[in-house]
Amino acid sequence: MTNTIDALAASVLRDDVPEFRAGDTLKVHVKVVEGNRSRIQLFQGVCIRVQGSGVGRTFTVRKVSFGVGVERTFPLHTPIIDKIEVATRGDVRRAKLYYLRNLRGKAAKIKEKRDAPIAR
Amino acid sequence: MSSTRNVRGLLGTKLGMTQLWDENNRVVPVTVIEAASNVVTQVRAADTDGYTAVQLGFGEITASKVTKPMAGHFEKAGITPRRHLVEIRTADAANYTLGQELSTDLFAPGERIDVTGTSKGKGFAGVMKRHGFHGVSASHGSHRNHRKPGSIGGCATPGRVFKGMRMAGRMGADTVTTQNLTVHAVDADKGLILIKGAVPGARGTVLVLRSAAKAKGADQ
Repeated sequence: MTNTIDALAASVLRDDVPEFRAGDTLKVHVKVVEGNRSRIQLFQGVCIRVQGSGVGRTFTVRKVSFGVGVERTFPLHTPIIDKIEVATRGDVRRAKLYYLRNLRGKAAKIKEKRDAPIAR
Repeated sequence: MSSTRNVRGLLGTKLGMTQLWDENNRVVPVTVIEAASNVVTQVRAADTDGYTAVQLGFGEITASKVTKPMAGHFEKAGITPRRHLVEIRTADAANYTLGQELSTDLFAPGERIDVTGTSKGKGFAGVMKRHGFHGVSASHGSHRNHRKPGSIGGCATPGRVFKGMRMAGRMGADTVTTQNLTVHAVDADKGLILIKGAVPGARGTVLVLRSAAKAKGADQ
């Protein structure tokens, strides 16, 4: 029963999605259709949320554009995304970074994650 | 109910919901219905039965569970017994033959259909859930009185509660038809129909799919 639905949903899943989490800075290449021609638009910002599972998984990218915070939520597997690039890995301690909305400037900066120390 | 329309029908089970993308890259919520192995068990004709309809059988059943009269009914159609039988009133019943297998490509993508099923049971539900009453104020001195219906009628006149007064009671598990749903896609090989939007009932419930009765602008 659920296998049929999983198979159906699996056929629309993308396999070119990099692994990322909240705190990472993403470059999302979005296909924009204007009239009859389409172009690629870049939306770069901090991933503040990854939510859901399977085909319904979504992520939210926040950037500050001309002093105004802009958040955009994408379905992870949507065909309008040309590609997702992970620019930097962020060092954060929670999965939902809503506190960034109340911070401005340097305080809203996320520390970059250093490579994990080698386990002994 | 007149049977002057040509209605196509199928039986199926609800598998569940998922989402897909359409050609404009918009999310389409779809219900997946498995409607494989529908078979014509009887054709009703006007001169023998007084109306025209086609009887469909669907679903597996072990032979030991079939009563002798029903076994004879299925034998007449020359098919193995099925669990569910449903009649579809249609004017073109004569076009169907006994024992004919119907596949899901009976319906085409983009077509409007009505889906009938048994809704999820909610048990004994209060008036707010069952009838959408607003309840009583949360504050302003309300005491243990928040989800109650309030007054249900007069006093000495009429001296009784009117029939049909909406009150708490059993909710759900009703036969519900959702009209004018769009067929998103059809997979005849797997016996699947994908319908845009939700349909009544829990997963595994048996559904009747019919051509839409009130389709506007659809190809009927």
